[in-house]
Amino acid sequence: MIGALLAATQNADAPVLVAQNIAFGIIATLMIVSAVRVVTAANVVHAAAFLVVVLAGVAALFILLGAEFVAITQVLVYIGAIVVLFLFGIMLTRAPMEGTEAPSRDNWAMAGLSGFVLLVLLGYTLWDGFGRDKIPADLQPTSTGALSDAIFGQYLVPFEVVSLLLLAALVGAIVIARRD
Amino acid sequence: MFLNQFLMLAAALFCIGVYGVIARKNGVMVLMSIELILNAVNINLVAFSTVNGAISGQVFALFVIAVAAAEVGVGLAIVLAIFRNYKTVDLDQVDLMKG
Repeated sequence: MIGALLAATQNADAPVLVAQNIAFGIIATLMIVSAVRVVTAANVVHAAAFLVVVLAGVAALFILLGAEFVAITQVLVYIGAIVVLFLFGIMLTRAPMEGTEAPSRDNWAMAGLSGFVLLVLLGYTLWDGFGRDKIPADLQPTSTGALSDAIFGQYLVPFEVVSLLLLAALVGAIVIARRD
Repeated sequence: MFLNQFLMLAAALFCIGVYGVIARKNGVMVLMSIELILNAVNINLVAFSTVNGAISGQVFALFVIAVAAAEVGVGLAIVLAIFRNYKTVDLDQVDLMKG
């Protein structure tokens, strides 16, 4: 995949963005390594810490793509709220803090195989479909005003539905977790 | 930068998440793997939004973040209820409805 990307880069007629590509490489490597550690770590708290690295990497990718508001929301909601929720869940269920019991099921080999097959299929399809498509070189950050115009104009009804969904999930979570 | 860089990275994250959902025993860890999958989807949405110059992809990424927050809240409540009834979060031992 890397060789094919390099070959495509040499054929490119548009200027190559060196700094962005280096940043992407560093972020991507960090994210892949951390994601693998999330699903393989024996210690659940360590897995949550690696999940923070992955989520921060996704926020950095959003910045690279010019989506500033989505990146800030990612940091606020995911790293700020969801990871804390995970830590509370780990604390309340007293999940094994040591690597004493096996973290994986017996079917981890089949899981790895299905993941690998899925990766090969997806990779081939993406390469076949979007091999030459480029991110525009004169990328401008998306203005938050335009984003809010879209949310509160064209997508007002879905926005209200999402807020109702959040309320329903809040009530449902309290009902399910209540002690009685 | 190529669009495929982002799409391939998202595909790798998605597959790692699928592995985690199938292979992990701990219920909290399964929820974390689902978060990896949802983040892969978000990368795809924002990347296509940037390439096509349409803002809808970013709006939908925000919706996905909101739905993920709701999903984690309910999911952790369910894991908590399972722990209270079974004294474990090992999903292999929650087989009451197994035929």
